[in-house]
Amino acid sequence: MRHIISILMENEAGALSRVAGLFSARGYNIESLCVAPTHDESLSRLTLVTSGDEQVIEQIVKQLNKLIDVVKVQDMADTAHIERELMLVKLQAFDGVREEVYRLADIFRGQIIDVTESSYTVQLVGPGSKLDAFIDALGSTPVVEIVRSGALGISRGPRGMLVPEV
Amino acid sequence: MELSGGEILVECLKAEGVDTVFGYPGGAVLHIYDALFQQKQVQHVLVRHEQGAVHMADGFARATGKPGVVLVTSGPGATNAVTGIATAHMDSIPLVVFTGQVHSALIGNDAFQEVDNVGITRPCVKHNFMVKDVRDMAETIKKAFYVATTGRPGPVVVDIPKDVTDPKVKVPFEYPEKVAMRSYQPTEKGHSGQIRKAVDLIVNAERPMIYTGGGVILGRAADELTHFTRKLGYPITQTLMGLGAYPASDKQHLGMLGMHGTYEANMGMHHCDVLIAIGARFDDRVTGDLSKFCPYAKIVHVDIDPSSISKNVIVDVPIVGAVKSVLTEMIELINQAGGAKKTKELETWWDQIEQWRGMKCLDYKWSDDIIKPQYVVQKLWEVTGGDAFVTSDVGQHQMWAAQYYGFNKPHRWINSGGLGTMGFGLPAALGAKWAFPDEEVACVTGEGSIQMCSQELSTALQYQLPIKIVSLNNGYLGMVRQWQEFFYSGRYAMSYMESLPDFVKLAESYGHVGMRIEKPSDVEGALREAFAMKDRLVFMDFQTDPEENVYPMVPAGAGLNEMILL
Repeated sequence: MRHIISILMENEAGALSRVAGLFSARGYNIESLCVAPTHDESLSRLTLVTSGDEQVIEQIVKQLNKLIDVVKVQDMADTAHIERELMLVKLQAFDGVREEVYRLADIFRGQIIDVTESSYTVQLVGPGSKLDAFIDALGSTPVVEIVRSGALGISRGPRGMLVPEV
Repeated sequence: MELSGGEILVECLKAEGVDTVFGYPGGAVLHIYDALFQQKQVQHVLVRHEQGAVHMADGFARATGKPGVVLVTSGPGATNAVTGIATAHMDSIPLVVFTGQVHSALIGNDAFQEVDNVGITRPCVKHNFMVKDVRDMAETIKKAFYVATTGRPGPVVVDIPKDVTDPKVKVPFEYPEKVAMRSYQPTEKGHSGQIRKAVDLIVNAERPMIYTGGGVILGRAADELTHFTRKLGYPITQTLMGLGAYPASDKQHLGMLGMHGTYEANMGMHHCDVLIAIGARFDDRVTGDLSKFCPYAKIVHVDIDPSSISKNVIVDVPIVGAVKSVLTEMIELINQAGGAKKTKELETWWDQIEQWRGMKCLDYKWSDDIIKPQYVVQKLWEVTGGDAFVTSDVGQHQMWAAQYYGFNKPHRWINSGGLGTMGFGLPAALGAKWAFPDEEVACVTGEGSIQMCSQELSTALQYQLPIKIVSLNNGYLGMVRQWQEFFYSGRYAMSYMESLPDFVKLAESYGHVGMRIEKPSDVEGALREAFAMKDRLVFMDFQTDPEENVYPMVPAGAGLNEMILL
């Protein structure tokens, strides 16, 4: 099963490589990985998407917690959550298909953020499955390139990931 | 007080109570060596190869329970140390390894003797640091010792660029008394509800088995384990790493389990109804085929590392906590419950175990003409009163030492169980002897392993470390040959070592005593003569049966009940 795992780490040099190294050393799979600072400068938040059975996911969470720089780990599957991903798609858009692409972007609540005589670049936000559906819906429209941010997740409700006190 | 980075490092070591650093100098650590040279409190042992330094610190740590400290230079100094670091990591041994690094301004420029040491060691340390500012030195070192020695212990590397120890740059020094890390707070105390649940299962067991590992020794819980086991009257088996926590000579002890474990221990594991795993990690050499492992058992697992629990084997009652604390709580609850309840069933269980024990699986064929390696270990036990520190390298001799030297005390059996590092035994023995100069220290090895770190014979002379080397020389890389005999139709690919050195002369050339022993009747006399030379290192080169195998054996992929007996 696919899991989104959120990790709060000390914002130290090499923190990302500890997580990436753990996944390659133990043969776990990473579908996407996204890392950026948070409102707390001392922390960075890393969101990764992985898949595995219950036992594998349990080990992944335990192994992540074992990394000394990891402050908090949350498997988003354990809680009601929202998933979002940003995708930028550059499409060949010649006369004849421009209208269709425009409509399609609109249906998916995408925005066209760059236009040339022969191309559109569409920005789309949503859960990964919606982005996949958009790509499928494009049908034979030629794709020049696709950039995806990887999934982000946040829990529903008023509470955030708690940082343990020292 | 204003100090340079090098001086701060030395002061931190003093504050941590470190009396010895094992190391080897080089360009990037010259400032640190200069600071070490100008004081007397922290001694330095100069090795002959950085791998030896780490193994020596490791042997010191295993023998004393204190963290071992290493100092090596950048580049090749650091890479040579990696095997030692990985060895300590696999066996959860607390080490703090200081590695030099090139000047900060040169990092990333492929400078002379530069490697990305933090990167290279990342997968084989508990944690690593680079000190980028001399003002961070003291706190980083405090954290390094804290991380290395708490929770599940392990090696910590501290990488120090040369400019950070510049003697001209002095900063105020104060060693932090305490350290707290929000991202690292190991669990000490077990969950009391889980402990109660476990004890209920334990006292009602009909065919119980206690299975313990290195965690009992690392957690200094040998007394609690002994009390717990005697109170229950249950059979106990220990892993290769756990030997000595419970006395081997005790009747409740069934010996080691696993690939070369005893028949009674492995059969007991297979047939038990409650398995009590304490500070052990269900390693593949212990479990055999996982699908056939303990098919009838409810499993209780006590471990300080949550990631050890349900990693290989799903357990019924997991308890995360320090072994000592959990066992203490369990003993109290067992007392309250009035001890084990199923007296009658337990009697039947012990009868069954005695039948298995009656197979005498460790018997071997005697010879009047050729020395049997098992006999050498048995005689070593007799001559040392079963009370020596024994280190080993890796291979057949390691298994024979584990099987035939019955360890009655913790910390006495020192071997590379996890990584299986040939070359470990000699430097580890020197580290143990350094820590306990008045105790007997023997290194059981083979002619293959000893050549992987034999340069440390020179260190042994420089620091007067009169250990005894018991080399079981069968001319083969014995364990490799054994597998080739069993599983490759006797095609002994590259497992025969030609052109061996004359080990007697080798020992003599390093200023030690060498002996070559060829007849079974000379074994005991040679050992007695060697151990009588209290102030000399003696290298005993025993010419042993070249085709002797380690029995019993669970072949890879088989269940524990599918043993090959002699």
